[in-house]
Amino acid sequence: MITKKVAGVDAALEGVTSGMTMMLGGFGLSGIPENAIAKLVELNVDNLTCISNNAGVDDFGLGLLLQKKQVKKMISSYVGENAEFERQMLSGELDVELIPQGTLAERCRAAQAGFPAIYTPAGYGTEVAEGKETREFDGKMYVLEHAFKADFAFVKAWKGDAAGNLIFKGTARNFNPNMCGAATITVAEVEELVPVGELDPNQIHIPGIFVQRIFKGERYEKRIEQRTVRTRD
Amino acid sequence: MALDKNQIAQRIAKEVQNGYYVNLGIGIPTLVANYVRDDIEVEFQSENGVLGMGPFPYDGEEDADIINAGKQTITTLPGASFFDSATSFSMIRGKHVDLTILGAMEVAENGDIANWKIPGKMVKGMGGAMDLVASAENIIVAMMHTNRAGASKLLKKCSLPLTGVGCVKKIVSNLAVLEVTPDGFKLLERAPGVTVEEIQAATEGTLLVEGDIPEMQF
Repeated sequence: MITKKVAGVDAALEGVTSGMTMMLGGFGLSGIPENAIAKLVELNVDNLTCISNNAGVDDFGLGLLLQKKQVKKMISSYVGENAEFERQMLSGELDVELIPQGTLAERCRAAQAGFPAIYTPAGYGTEVAEGKETREFDGKMYVLEHAFKADFAFVKAWKGDAAGNLIFKGTARNFNPNMCGAATITVAEVEELVPVGELDPNQIHIPGIFVQRIFKGERYEKRIEQRTVRTRD
Repeated sequence: MALDKNQIAQRIAKEVQNGYYVNLGIGIPTLVANYVRDDIEVEFQSENGVLGMGPFPYDGEEDADIINAGKQTITTLPGASFFDSATSFSMIRGKHVDLTILGAMEVAENGDIANWKIPGKMVKGMGGAMDLVASAENIIVAMMHTNRAGASKLLKKCSLPLTGVGCVKKIVSNLAVLEVTPDGFKLLERAPGVTVEEIQAATEGTLLVEGDIPEMQF
């Protein structure tokens, strides 16, 4: 077995410097790499380009990096929940590239899978396609979208082992598996780091080959954005 | 009487057929699930990675790891599955989802839709809407016929940045059910008590009225 286990978040983020491009998993605040984000804040690296579906909320998730103006550019599909983000974007302090959610996922997956680019129908005829190569297949128009290039991918899984194998839980899975192996170094943080051999090989979502470093997150707040419940009759 | 949001959802629910996989957008579309007949088999897909969505959880049973695309806590029904974002959009782009219901700021008579950006003002992003409208063959738009100032949102041409071109097939508004045809918006049904003249006055795009237009049935 090739071990990917590192001591903790300090070792996991070794080599992170200002100006890097990072992928961060999560949908809203679900399945975000909370420990890696906290460490990025502490390291105070700046001029970061962040590829993440959302930008967190004002005081949690990627919002923490935005607050400290560590982010130069965000590549996201939906940023509606963050007032500070909107302010920085409208004032021009923050460079923002909004792209369709499926395109975001597929540009990650293309990087993971070794495809330089993909054709997607999403965004054809809209400003998203401006300046991009388009092509017709079977009478329908498609837009050429390039694979992402990133220095680090920070993902969060439910369970993992020292071999880097990962299992996700619920909708906290989202972009995390697509970002594994899509950057030069993939750092996985997990809620439970179990002994090697305990995870059933049939149930692994992401094989360890896509992960360079794995560590157990110290704590998870798992904040809920929209707590929506029904009452018992 | 113009419909309220729940009544729009109730009318759209009649379009949901047995065996359909359905993607519901945020807002009015989310309400559609409340009105789908319970004697048919339907599964709701949420693009953040769940198929087989159930109702909201009981107080105290919410789970931060189980949410819908609106970031609301949800539950799952027997037979549900979770998957990653690329797989989710494979379901959408690959036309495995049968019906997409989403909201709109503007729809044009050629089926163009705008629902993600007001330049210089509201910039939230398109989320999965561009992927959905570019691929879905059956798209129903749930919307208010006019904006708060009373101006029509069913236009000859969209004024806002587009989400997709020529993709909307059907619209259920607070005033009417309309089909998008090569010649314009074809009026199919009126909200109870709303006249054809009122619908005409609220529609900037070409409105096609053929014969008697029935009132909606719920």
